[in-house]
Amino acid sequence: MGCETTRNVLHGYLDGELDAARAAEFERHLETCRECANTLGAEESLRSSLQRSGLYEHAPVSLRKKIRADLDAATLSPAAPRIPAWRWLAVAAAIVIVVGLSWFSWLRPIKDSASTAPFTVAEIIDAHVRSLQPGHLTDIASTDQHTVKPWFNGKLAFVPPVRDFADQGFSLIGGRLDVLNGQNVAALVYARRKHIINVFVFPTREPDTPIHPPGLRQGYQWFHWRHQGMEYCAVSDLAASDLRLLAQLLYQ
Amino acid sequence: MSGSDQGKGADVLDAQDRARFEQLVLPHLDAAFNLARWLLRNRADSEDVAQEAMLRAYRFFRGFHGGEARAWLLQIVRNTCYTWLEKNRPVELMTEFDEELHPQPSASPESLAIASDNRERLARALETLPPRFREVLVLRELEGCSYKEIATITAIPIGTVMSALARARQRLHRALTHSAPQEASRGL
Repeated sequence: MGCETTRNVLHGYLDGELDAARAAEFERHLETCRECANTLGAEESLRSSLQRSGLYEHAPVSLRKKIRADLDAATLSPAAPRIPAWRWLAVAAAIVIVVGLSWFSWLRPIKDSASTAPFTVAEIIDAHVRSLQPGHLTDIASTDQHTVKPWFNGKLAFVPPVRDFADQGFSLIGGRLDVLNGQNVAALVYARRKHIINVFVFPTREPDTPIHPPGLRQGYQWFHWRHQGMEYCAVSDLAASDLRLLAQLLYQ
Repeated sequence: MSGSDQGKGADVLDAQDRARFEQLVLPHLDAAFNLARWLLRNRADSEDVAQEAMLRAYRFFRGFHGGEARAWLLQIVRNTCYTWLEKNRPVELMTEFDEELHPQPSASPESLAIASDNRERLARALETLPPRFREVLVLRELEGCSYKEIATITAIPIGTVMSALARARQRLHRALTHSAPQEASRGL
């Protein structure tokens, strides 16, 4: 294999897009060709510069809202079937009861926790889903809390608490910088069995709250709380009871 | 817009479509915005175009029969961007691939030392590339798309994605070297 023919193949190798036979052939070539080895190194550092320099631009919240409004406008509301008057009365009574009950039971938690969170549930879920795309999960992949914690130094204006809970079944697998509502946040990534958990952490001036009852959306669970000047949001496709365990470990 | 049949009733979407769209397509809004941002090179226009593309995607949603939702959406975003560019900045689309005429040496180590983690310089260099080079780099390096997805989104044959990326990276190295002669002379 001469260098002329490997010029493109090198990129396929770099991108992990060669089949096993071609990759092996290229690796044999690399052993003897210094030029290609240098080029590969150069391309690898360009890639890591591109990926680490924060060039990815996230959609602003205002755009998300505008799009949701567009979608609503383009969606046909179900045609109202003809309903006898007495049923309307029953429906109205039911609504009054349900609204009254939910107001009563949800007033406190909403007041002291989720509604004042500086982000929307959709943002949290989107950030979680985004992290699951190939190559997006971690900026620093390590199971060692003493590696992950220093990595955040100088990247954020605060020090996120990084702890591994492998003994309790939640292995730390790395960390990442993320953006929620225009704010830089630390994302700690844990794994439990095959499930990935993102814990978003950022500073707050609000008082501590307990771990807020779980929210469920698009199949993802999330818990939100504030503790010692930090705001936390844990999100995963894990069962709520499992995710609560991690939330409790972090809360301690 | 290949594969999207705007047949009778394509515009009439109900709550069920809406829920499915919310689940499958909307999570890729960042990808849509990021691609538009790098193709149009400013955030304000990208917001408008991403919004338009998302609504178009929704209208065509009945034509989406499963598969990779991100690639499907980005294909629509890309088309909407090019239509917008043709209308508003036709000059930008006139730069063609000229690599065959002017072959360049491959990656120079200097360009990399300079580039390392300098967001502004990287962004500027990326923006000087013709859109067709820029988009393959953004899709591969920022979005993490596979060659197959890139081929779908940009409508180039899968067999040419590798060489398109090779040339795009070469152009980026060149742009980085040119953008910073003073640092290069420091011999970093």
